[in-house]
Amino acid sequence: MTPDFPTTAKPISRLIEELSKLPGIGPKTAQRLAYHLLQAPPERSRDLADAILGIKDNLKLCSACLNITDSDPCGICGDQTRDTSIICVVEEPIDIMPLERTRKFRGLYHVLHGVISPSDGIKPEDLHIRELLDRLANGRVREVILATNPNVEGEATSMYIQRLISPLGIRVTRLARGLPFGGDLEYADDVTLSRALEGRQEM
Amino acid sequence: MPTAPRSYQTEAIIIKRTKFSEADRLLTLFTLDCGKVRAIAKGSRKPGSKLGGNVELLAHSQLMLARGRNLDIITQAQAIDNFLPVRESLELMSAGFYLSELMDNFTEENVEDRELFTLLLNTLRQLSETGDMERLLRYFELRLLSHLGYRPQFQKCANCGRELQAEVNYFNPAQGGALCRECGYPDMGAKVLSVNALKVLRLWLQCDYATASRVKLSSELTNEIKSLLRENIKYVLEKQLKSIDWMDRLGAENKSQAAG
Repeated sequence: MTPDFPTTAKPISRLIEELSKLPGIGPKTAQRLAYHLLQAPPERSRDLADAILGIKDNLKLCSACLNITDSDPCGICGDQTRDTSIICVVEEPIDIMPLERTRKFRGLYHVLHGVISPSDGIKPEDLHIRELLDRLANGRVREVILATNPNVEGEATSMYIQRLISPLGIRVTRLARGLPFGGDLEYADDVTLSRALEGRQEM
Repeated sequence: MPTAPRSYQTEAIIIKRTKFSEADRLLTLFTLDCGKVRAIAKGSRKPGSKLGGNVELLAHSQLMLARGRNLDIITQAQAIDNFLPVRESLELMSAGFYLSELMDNFTEENVEDRELFTLLLNTLRQLSETGDMERLLRYFELRLLSHLGYRPQFQKCANCGRELQAEVNYFNPAQGGALCRECGYPDMGAKVLSVNALKVLRLWLQCDYATASRVKLSSELTNEIKSLLRENIKYVLEKQLKSIDWMDRLGAENKSQAAG
């Protein structure tokens, strides 16, 4: 919490307080941002405020993939050049970005908006799994790639979805687990390393 | 005030993880030397983090921790056992979630308890090796209750103190355990306790798991013991654990699949 110094004008301390609620922004960074905005031209502040309000007012979920979008269908689902026979399942909308950056994937996505987490009481119904099964019902999808996070909840979610899809006769794959690029073998944990060994490839 | 060493090493099992700031995790550890401890694993959500896979839920790891003002910080981690077979099975992992939730709910921070640590570790090892999930969970629940001072009375009637006869008796956790026919029958909160269930529970309170694992259990008996112990845990914690639903649901789905 920012202490309320009488020397700081109320509007500034209010902005500092709001900014420091954002992830990754501590009180110092919040102060710097606030004073930066104070000195910047007024349009800058207005644009920022507009952009912030815009995400609340204009965004919705794509009716097909449930990604956050301003148009329905979203940019990816509406793109005619993309391969509609392959769907990549991710936990959160933010997970699409790194996958898109690779430019290796030309299929469609499906966003679950969460993971099964028994200790938090989050059940399959709390996610968008039903919608995924509905999308698969038309028979045009050949492959589902499960790209949940490689941790216990992500794995549980993937295994559960795999169990639901496998009777449909659709190929189910998941992202390989292996050594991170730029990492050091000596720091690899045994789960990662044993899976990297299992999934080793011909050179 | 004597100054405590700035860092320390201990074996631990990770019983809870929550996201914390950008790439960190707040872990709840059950350590061999200091009992339940909460600590930060910095950067553990980034791929390539040297902590990452060594501090996953239920991992048994050797840790180096630095004392922080509020929370300790994990500086090094080396997994001893990750219980891979448990991780790779939806059913066994549901038992793992349940075990971790039990541990978190039944323990207080900074209370050393080596016996409990060993019980948990052995349960995870057995789960990983044999997958005998129902029996392991029941044995764990019973020993956990007993070890922490909630041992249900199975020798005498918890109400009148008479020896229990080899007949159908009753069980009510609110009364402290088994009840004889006369005391249990009119007790609306009591459940039926069969002769066989009583025998198994009495034995399990005294024997190690190797012996406990040799007892033959019908599915009826397994279910009876399961519901009695659950009742008891719910009474002690005054709530139902969240992970039970998931475990039951997987069990039910498997059963219906086997039937269909």
